[in-house]
Amino acid sequence: MTPAAIPKIDGDPIVHRGHLACPGCAATPAYRMALQVLGRRTIVAAPACCFAVIDGAFPHSASGVPFLHTAFEASPAYASGVRAALDVKGETDTNVLVWAGDGGTFDIGLQALSAAAERNENLLYVCYDNEAYMNTGIQRSSATPRGAWTTTTPAGHTKVEVKKDLGEIMAAHRIPYFATASISHPDDMMAKFEKARKLRGFRMIHYFSPCPTGWKADSRHMVELGRRAVESGLFPLYEIFDGERLVINHRPAWTPLREYVSLQGRFKHFRDEDVAAMEAEARAAWERLEHRARLNAGP
Amino acid sequence: MKTIEPGTEAPPTILTGNQAAAWGAFLSRVQVVSAYPITPQTTVIETLADLTARADWPNRFVNVESEHSAMAVCIGASYGGVRTFTATSSQGLALMHELLHWAAGGRLPVVLVDVNRAMAPGWSIWTDQQDSLSQRDTGWAQFYCSSVQDILDHVILAFRMAEEASVPVMVVEDAFVLSHTAEAVSLPAPAEVDRFLPPRRPAFSLDVEKPRAFGGLLGPDWYQEVRKDLHESLLRLGDAAPRIYGEWERLTGRSYAPVEAWGVEDADVVLLTSGAVSSTAREVVATLRARRKRVGLVQVRMFRPFPGERLREVLRGVPKVAVLDRNCSFGHHGIFHQELKSALYSMEAAERPRIYGYVLGLGGRDVGPRALQEVVRLTEVREAPEPETTWIGAVLPEGPEQEHEEGVR
Repeated sequence: MTPAAIPKIDGDPIVHRGHLACPGCAATPAYRMALQVLGRRTIVAAPACCFAVIDGAFPHSASGVPFLHTAFEASPAYASGVRAALDVKGETDTNVLVWAGDGGTFDIGLQALSAAAERNENLLYVCYDNEAYMNTGIQRSSATPRGAWTTTTPAGHTKVEVKKDLGEIMAAHRIPYFATASISHPDDMMAKFEKARKLRGFRMIHYFSPCPTGWKADSRHMVELGRRAVESGLFPLYEIFDGERLVINHRPAWTPLREYVSLQGRFKHFRDEDVAAMEAEARAAWERLEHRARLNAGP
Repeated sequence: MKTIEPGTEAPPTILTGNQAAAWGAFLSRVQVVSAYPITPQTTVIETLADLTARADWPNRFVNVESEHSAMAVCIGASYGGVRTFTATSSQGLALMHELLHWAAGGRLPVVLVDVNRAMAPGWSIWTDQQDSLSQRDTGWAQFYCSSVQDILDHVILAFRMAEEASVPVMVVEDAFVLSHTAEAVSLPAPAEVDRFLPPRRPAFSLDVEKPRAFGGLLGPDWYQEVRKDLHESLLRLGDAAPRIYGEWERLTGRSYAPVEAWGVEDADVVLLTSGAVSSTAREVVATLRARRKRVGLVQVRMFRPFPGERLREVLRGVPKVAVLDRNCSFGHHGIFHQELKSALYSMEAAERPRIYGYVLGLGGRDVGPRALQEVVRLTEVREAPEPETTWIGAVLPEGPEQEHEEGVR
């Protein structure tokens, strides 16, 4: 097992210690890295999600930048308002970052997200996807993978529906930038935050965020889970520019998916055929990605 | 497109209620507008989109996909420290409901014009007060207008009150009766409005130099204090309203009050109204007084904060008050009726009027002079109020009922 390779951060860290994340939370280091890249001239808007707790209860805040708590379904609209106010005041160089979980992105916030993307609002939207409603106690979302246990898809009745494809949804909005990122590939992630920082318009990063609490996994394994998801082909690392040009950043080693599944209690009921089905889905999704990447490579 | 400064072109002198609302926001030099169309609000945002596009100050008009997002954009921009405005109606206001709490709890001086429209089902685009009164407990101040001039002035007044008290303010106008009716309007000069309403100076805002969290987790050790502060700020807005109205009167010559009264001193029966019905009621009172009937009128303009103290003063010793409600709290009373009863309960019994409640004019049913005269007559002949609300005119006409039954067969 390769040790975690979190890059050293230049300068004083913007996010403070003493936040309220669970030990091992993979969303928090990504948040720290994102803000380090974006800098102190950043305003965060976050809906109801783990970060409504992680940032701290009144009068505390761990973020080191202004942090606006928003209604669950409305963070892209709140952020659009913040953007409008900054632009009207001439603060066009201040970044607006939406930091939202999968529930606030794939489910309840999808309408406001689609609208902000359609308006090409000058925002960076990061979805930290831990594949269920973790803050409320591990309920199923439309980002929960097929077959996973959650408290609302209990043993014997685990989720039968396939996870939504966020990349396809956002590409269809022709936004300037969409990228996926994983804690296991921090240099790739930092480079993507940097690329997103330099672009204007609606930019989105879909961050795969292993969750010790919700995935019933050991907090030591979060980086490893990210790596196994990427290397098994389950969570490919890629970018889409202007909804058209798709670039694959990393070719998976096609390690057995069993190695990813076996570290998590939420899949402990998985039989060989369940793993095989998940592998087949990951293969099919990968082939679609490769097809698109080839199309975009041109003649 | 040509840039105009309000007042430098020949300003319109005939406006509909909705156009007046837009001109009020424009003269207030609004910086961020966000809206979603709904009948009969649409001409507010159409007019404002046109006016702001020609404004000579930085502003943005954000076209969103729902009223929910319209209010969310206003909240985000208001946290950003700028002046924000939206307008809606009926279902749109109901969809905003959660965010109305967020705006008030965030202490944001957002101004909203609600064009009073009945709630579905069945679909109705016509006026009643069910939409705005259903938002009674969200922490927004509410003002009910009775003329087009009233609407224009109250949008400007609303920004002034909202920014002074750090609470959001809703300005309410009747669908069609005011929203689409043109009246002669006096447009205040931009310099006058600027003097009355200086640029917004927020007590707090999203500021990268002073990073803070807004709206975070608030435990039982803090929450109640914060809510008490919101409550007291609304009460202070009520105390400040006469002073702010006074300033406006010195500037424009037009006087308003949270509660306005005509012919109450010697009245046997006082009508209590809100919204455009108040204009009709003024005519009815004048007609009846010409026939030597001792009838008075009280118009409640400010609904939240509720002007209880002023109403106790104005109505002290009046024998009978007839409350007109274009709304109903189903299973209880009309809402102004129950609010008035609650406000007057603390009076000495000898001074306290008997309070008669009438529900009428729902879903845009016309409230004309005859309906108001019927209310006066019923109140005169009834020694004591009925225990339940009296419905005026709610009888199915014969034709449609028969047609309906034939249709069912």
